[in-house]
Amino acid sequence: MATVATSLRRHSNVREQLSERVVAVFLVGATLVGLLALVVLLVTVARSGAGQIDVPFLRNFASRIPERAGIWPPLVGTLWLMGLVTLFSFPVGVGAAIYLEEFAPKNRITSVIETNIANLAAVPSIIYGLLGLAVFYRALEMGRSLLTGALTLTLLVLPVIIISSREALRAVPRSHRLGAMALGATKLEAVYKTVLPSAVPGIMTGTILGLSRAIGETAPLLVAGAAAFVAFTPDNLLDAYSALPVQIFDWVRRPQPEFQALAAAAILVLLGVLLTMNSIAILIRNRYDRKTR
Amino acid sequence: MRNPTARRVAAGLLLTALLGAACGNADTDPSSSGDDGGQSISGSIAIDGSSTVFPIAQAAAEEFQISNPDAQVSVGFAGTGGGFEAFCAGDTQISNASRAIEKDEVECLEEAGIEYTEFQVAVDGLAIVTNPETDWVDCITFDQLKAIYEPGSDVSTWSDVDPSWPDEELKIFGPDPDSGTYDYLAETVADPDADEPATRDDMTQSADDNVLVQGVQGEPGSIGYFGFAYYEENAESLKALEVDDGSSGCVAPSAETVKSNEYPLSRPLFIYVANDAMDQEVVSEFVTFWVQNAGDYATAVGYVETPNDVAAENEQALEGLAS
Repeated sequence: MATVATSLRRHSNVREQLSERVVAVFLVGATLVGLLALVVLLVTVARSGAGQIDVPFLRNFASRIPERAGIWPPLVGTLWLMGLVTLFSFPVGVGAAIYLEEFAPKNRITSVIETNIANLAAVPSIIYGLLGLAVFYRALEMGRSLLTGALTLTLLVLPVIIISSREALRAVPRSHRLGAMALGATKLEAVYKTVLPSAVPGIMTGTILGLSRAIGETAPLLVAGAAAFVAFTPDNLLDAYSALPVQIFDWVRRPQPEFQALAAAAILVLLGVLLTMNSIAILIRNRYDRKTR
Repeated sequence: MRNPTARRVAAGLLLTALLGAACGNADTDPSSSGDDGGQSISGSIAIDGSSTVFPIAQAAAEEFQISNPDAQVSVGFAGTGGGFEAFCAGDTQISNASRAIEKDEVECLEEAGIEYTEFQVAVDGLAIVTNPETDWVDCITFDQLKAIYEPGSDVSTWSDVDPSWPDEELKIFGPDPDSGTYDYLAETVADPDADEPATRDDMTQSADDNVLVQGVQGEPGSIGYFGFAYYEENAESLKALEVDDGSSGCVAPSAETVKSNEYPLSRPLFIYVANDAMDQEVVSEFVTFWVQNAGDYATAVGYVETPNDVAAENEQALEGLAS
């Protein structure tokens, strides 16, 4: 830090200050572009969709008659999927991250695993759909079920969770581990009692990112057997199901403008679910943030 | 997981999942039909396949379930090819298709020992549309369409197609190669003699027909093609061309000309039903229900009902299955 500060002081002159201001303006602009796009999107969707959302819309099944159409089965399907994906991906993802970061020997096998996980994060989602179709749907005979969809999405988000959890763990200073061990803690205790709590905020951020990606995915679900129309809600993990993005996809491509409005309304509901999910995660993160400071 | 609330929530979730899995194992066979006491039929039907046929299947399933609340019909849209894959693997009892079944798919079903019956449930017209400002053309021939859409075509202005048309830029729109509509135009008009028919790819392509509609609406001098329903919903801002297949003169697309097969660019939409599945009451009732009301559901979602002789054929096929 000290060297950076002195070097800044040495070079600061009028030209440097000017260029600093230009960069600052550019950076603010860059932030605004993303924000503006989001606002435009939200306003457009809200204008055509907000009026459609009422209790019948939330509680009805899909229909060929727009006035009768609702999103109950896909909404329930999405909530099930998210619950299951969280349940599956969080322990496995964080567990893998802890192993790779804290316990794995630094050898070739570990580095092969690390490279592969990094590459998996960039694989197009439809490939995961094909994998889910081959492994869960066919080989393990789970069929067109919630479980197939949830496991497929779990594979999809695992790399994101592993990578960001590792980063969070790496950011915990080495002195914390050494300190704990110097006081007589075993390595496991050091990780669970000191390192992990400090890393929770970062881990939660990664999990939010991963789950937010999963909730909007359509392609892998379609390939792995999500139904676009079911007039019942799943009772158990092996039932057929639908999900909100699949429903939105269907409505958006219909020729009748009434369905476009329904699609907008369903997008708003999906956004609502996403934001609720994220705020819960952020609440948890903030609790830990305060605890560890 | 230090605080008790978080622990309780986690435990609850885990328990739900385990219970769910346990219940699920008791009834893993998706095609098992329950007892059929009372009027309402129970049991589940899995349908997948063409996204074009999907709205009709949804309409039929919706109505069927109103009178049979215990029946569980699920409909997917993995595409015609993906649908047949699942059908051949025995995952579905009904497969929707926007084209007739192909040779390799027939072979797959033969190998798997799955016998099937084909029903035509609707007709989908293909509209050739231009921007309404395009006032020099009302009718287009197959040859002209081929000149515009064939692979490697270098047509870039209207006068390239027909010297009597103005020297104005021709902006071409069409669905992307994953779509059945693309295949249909490629096979029928653009590239009929090739082993794997295609259209030119240096044009604006989209998998979403609504995007094509907007493109043609917004660009003077544009031409595009998509399902007749998309034209009908936007008829005031689009112009549908009459089509001449070279033998029967110019025919405008309409529900009547598509149904009577006078309009040359129309394709049948099918469902394929596994014969064995028809032994289950829920499947046979549903198929009968759908096929006998096919015209209503087809028109309700924007397609055209099948000609009368097809309806008679369907009726015969149903009787054949019942006996």
